[in-house]
Amino acid sequence: MSLMSEVGQKAFNLGVPIAVHMDVTYRCNERCVHCYLDHDDHGELTTDEIKGALDQMAEAGVFFLTFSGGEVFLRRDFFELLEYARRLMFNVKIKTNAVMIHEEEARRIRELGVDTIQISVYSHRPEVHDAITKLPHSFERTVKAIRFLREQGLRVTIANVLMTANSSDHLGVQELAAELGVHYTLDPTITPMMDGDTSVLALRIPGEELPEVFQNPALVGNQEEFCAPPKAPSDEDLEGYSCSAGHSFCYISPYGDVFPCVQFPLPTGNIRQQKFLDIWNFSPQMNEVRSIQAKDLTVCSSCSHVSSCTRCPGLAYMEGSMRGPSSADCEKSFYRTGVPTANMLRQGLSKPRTTVPLIQIRPIAVPA
Amino acid sequence: MPENCIYIARSTAIAARALAGEMMVMNSADSTFFTLNEVATAIFQAADGRTPLREIVRDKICEQFDVDPEQAQKDAEQFVAELSSYGILLVSDQPLPAETPR
Repeated sequence: MSLMSEVGQKAFNLGVPIAVHMDVTYRCNERCVHCYLDHDDHGELTTDEIKGALDQMAEAGVFFLTFSGGEVFLRRDFFELLEYARRLMFNVKIKTNAVMIHEEEARRIRELGVDTIQISVYSHRPEVHDAITKLPHSFERTVKAIRFLREQGLRVTIANVLMTANSSDHLGVQELAAELGVHYTLDPTITPMMDGDTSVLALRIPGEELPEVFQNPALVGNQEEFCAPPKAPSDEDLEGYSCSAGHSFCYISPYGDVFPCVQFPLPTGNIRQQKFLDIWNFSPQMNEVRSIQAKDLTVCSSCSHVSSCTRCPGLAYMEGSMRGPSSADCEKSFYRTGVPTANMLRQGLSKPRTTVPLIQIRPIAVPA
Repeated sequence: MPENCIYIARSTAIAARALAGEMMVMNSADSTFFTLNEVATAIFQAADGRTPLREIVRDKICEQFDVDPEQAQKDAEQFVAELSSYGILLVSDQPLPAETPR
């Protein structure tokens, strides 16, 4: 186990929120076809409110801080927030589309000691990327920004969200990442919009196309190991937990709402009304999330995939129960290994049927 | 450099946080990641650029950890040299500026 994994496990065992994802705005200068956010401003946290939250998070033991959005650079105070966060010695990662990053911004990001900048790139073909972002010349601007950041010696990761419109472009984006000298990560997850509109789910690549992704060593590493049939779960597996959501990780929205994860829209409190650490320690919802072990899962505890499935409790919650299955992960487990899941077998299905999620993150504390 | 004139400050490129009494430190320049034990954490936390290392060892280490002063000073210098080689600590014979990023 690496030192980093050891530290992560220690934080998990102690219940320390070692990592927080904070969206500082939902506003954006792109209008990506698959985006689930409502881009209107419903009362974002002010500069002072975010600084106050950062003070509390530092005191609570948060080390890894991700600033995301929306587009973070649309906040005029973003560099002020970044400087404040670094003064508090957070390890900072920024998620951005980068179209507002020029030489001066890249230099400032380097001076502030940001760890990583993750940038969305949808295709190596400008016309495909721009058609997804709906912002003309966004590909050109994003790639230019990546070069500025690399000139500063900064670590950049290209995040490639895979959907029907760009499903054949991931190899091209990987080549582009190699040419730019940056890391590459692929994400085939498309989630419904915040207002419950599920039309964007039509953009998901069909499950039948997933094996092509899962059998690509460039994306999954050791393909044989990755696609191996599931092993029988041990007692230790059944005593285990799904992921770090609510254990050592949480999400804060631009309105101050705290959730177990960015993909787990269970409201647990608002930092405008309560201290961050009080929400973390005493929220009944947070405590319920962290109480659930694999053996408590209604369907998955009897599934052969239980020890190796990427089951997301947030997606399961969106389907109706945080103890239930997440159909999107059932689909991945099935197409990764060819072995049916317990969720499929109980429904008599020969191939997975992705249930439409019903609940999404909404602002729960809009100031008057 | 005389021992009593060593000043140490944390680099602006690092991230750091205490976890159960031990300090996690990461250098954003190259992603090197360390955890420091309690004694090293006490030295790291006292590295304000203004307090001489000998004073840090006397006030923060010998007093709290009941160790021999000479051995503690020797160990502290070795620790400081090591972290300095990784760009985590800055070392000087003059007081250093505060450790906040620009």
